[in-house]
Amino acid sequence: MIMLLLSIVFLIVRVLPGDPVLLHFERRENPEAIAQMRRNLGLDKPLLNQYFDYLGGILDVTYLLEHGYLNLGKSMQDFSPIGQQIFSAFPATLELAIYSMIVAVVIGILLGVRASRSYNSPLDHLIRTFGTVTYAIPVFFLGMIFQLTLGIGLHWFPTGGRIYPTLEPHGLTLYLGAPAGGFISVFLWSFPAGLASWALSFVVLRKKRVKFWPRGFLVSLFPFFVGWFVWAFGAWHFTSVGILHISTGLYTIDSLLEGNIVKFVQAVRYLFLPSLTLGLVLAGVFIRLTRSNMLETLRLDFVTAARARGLKETAVVYGYALRNAFLPILTMVGLQFAMLLGGAILTETTFSWPGLGRYIVERINFRDYTAIQGAVVVFGLFVALVSLFVDILYAYFDPRIRL
Amino acid sequence: MQKVETKRRIFPSFIPNLTSLTRRGLAGWITIIGATIVLSIMLMTLLAPWISPHNPAEINVGPLSSPPNSQFPLGTNHLGQDMLSRIISGGSVMIQVAVLSVFFCLLVGLPIGLLASYAGGIIDKVFSLVMDSLYAFPGMVLAIAIAAMIGTGVVNMALSIAVVYVPSYFRIVRSQVLTIKELPYAEAALATGAKGRSILLRYILPNVVPSVVVVATVNFADAILTAAGLTFIGLGVEKSIPDWGWDLTDGRALLPSGAWWVITFPGIMIVLLALGFTLMGEGLSELLNPRLEQ
Repeated sequence: MIMLLLSIVFLIVRVLPGDPVLLHFERRENPEAIAQMRRNLGLDKPLLNQYFDYLGGILDVTYLLEHGYLNLGKSMQDFSPIGQQIFSAFPATLELAIYSMIVAVVIGILLGVRASRSYNSPLDHLIRTFGTVTYAIPVFFLGMIFQLTLGIGLHWFPTGGRIYPTLEPHGLTLYLGAPAGGFISVFLWSFPAGLASWALSFVVLRKKRVKFWPRGFLVSLFPFFVGWFVWAFGAWHFTSVGILHISTGLYTIDSLLEGNIVKFVQAVRYLFLPSLTLGLVLAGVFIRLTRSNMLETLRLDFVTAARARGLKETAVVYGYALRNAFLPILTMVGLQFAMLLGGAILTETTFSWPGLGRYIVERINFRDYTAIQGAVVVFGLFVALVSLFVDILYAYFDPRIRL
Repeated sequence: MQKVETKRRIFPSFIPNLTSLTRRGLAGWITIIGATIVLSIMLMTLLAPWISPHNPAEINVGPLSSPPNSQFPLGTNHLGQDMLSRIISGGSVMIQVAVLSVFFCLLVGLPIGLLASYAGGIIDKVFSLVMDSLYAFPGMVLAIAIAAMIGTGVVNMALSIAVVYVPSYFRIVRSQVLTIKELPYAEAALATGAKGRSILLRYILPNVVPSVVVVATVNFADAILTAAGLTFIGLGVEKSIPDWGWDLTDGRALLPSGAWWVITFPGIMIVLLALGFTLMGEGLSELLNPRLEQ
């Protein structure tokens, strides 16, 4: 599937009419420079060779380990590696995607449940209409309306950017000065990490009701050693720098890791409008799905039984019925993720959010075709990974499916 | 003797006629409302040269960025163009793109879906795999990439949108064909010695059409939103042609000054057009596939 996806992207960018190099040069008066650029980018080779170069580059694991990003070729704009640019823009998109998905699911579930509880009432019709209308609104129009009202009119939220330029959170910083002494001291200092993972393993084993002696004890030794050695190896690796930075690239999480509330509040303020915009547009699908599933579930016998036992209506709806209706919603999260990323491009452009979507738009204006190709590949890989993740989650939530 | 009145059907069976629509309850009314919105916008766009007060492309017909007033009911934009005239004629590009892209989708998706799923075997598998991977791909991203490669213009926009939505046609046609192929009447036709081609065209195609009509109507809305998105990215038609998408995009630069009228009206028009198609699609899907209602 992923191979096919990569091939399709290659087809679109390389095989469709339109020579990227010629497009790049506004005037075609310097054939030598054009030929030079072609050679530089490897575009003078036969198409099949280019295809294998491109596939080989993406699948090159040693390059990934060495540089920390995929080999997606060189930019046509400045000949710098595209992987690096994309992977520095990626966390912003990830953060936006996560929070808008949360907004969409929360709004969808709340309104959907509300609509299903008052079936065929005016409120139900209102919520359904709301769902249909949000589906028909262009994301960027909604975003601009929010900018106009909540941003420019009321000054509640900033209208663009990811955070105030000097407030970028750095994440957790650990000073590992002491173990720099050498191999043995690194191991000694990492011993607590082993103890911690040992303790954690006991919690898990206890939850699984495994007897402590002898099986639980013996099994728990494994995480103990793994935790110890992994930490020791990590510390050893990073103490050559002396300082260990742990940063996720997600500003809301990084600012919390840093323990800086001011930065956290600012990060949330900047994130609020974009994720609300994108979330609202997606919410319609979830409203409809939750409503129809809840309508079916609320008719089932076990719900009636729960009501008959005198449970509160909220407990019945959210504790019993919603649990059953949750699995289709989870599937829909995976399916809607692709649509969300499409909307993210427009949202990022509207709110000057420095993510992957804005990167693509910027590169389109520069006519940097290798960069567009790389970004599209990363989008596709991202969707594939998310659907894999959702499948795993599904297996976790649905007792009928075991991996 | 009792006289039996027989109504002559003007339309083919898959297009419900107006009198029967109103008797079908909410779904019928939703369809009528959607169709009314869409048709009136189309009519407005068609009549634009005669009903718009100013030339929509002419600059400096009024003061720059003036809010709505008696002379310019919807205000003017930063070039001094009359927003009302631009609203009236600005829908043509979007409607053209949507119609063309749905046409391309039908042209490709319907035959491929019919043939591949009727043939079965390796052809079906290959096409399904390709279409599924296209389907799983973020549509907007794909459309943007293709539009960036093949350039701008109405036909190119329609093509890049069509590539994104062909898989949904393929999937619906395929699922229908696989069901219908096994039904008794299709098997009976095979038993009477009908050729594959005539089974496909006479027995299967007419039963696939209703679901395709529903998908196409919903796709009009998607195509309009995608076209607006492409324009917003900067991959739209020429700027000299009045277009709601461009008005919205240009209005973004005017936002800090609080010029709400430049974005609000074109935005509402896009929403209305997309909403009209969505409502029509929803109503039709309930009318044409009564089994899905429950």
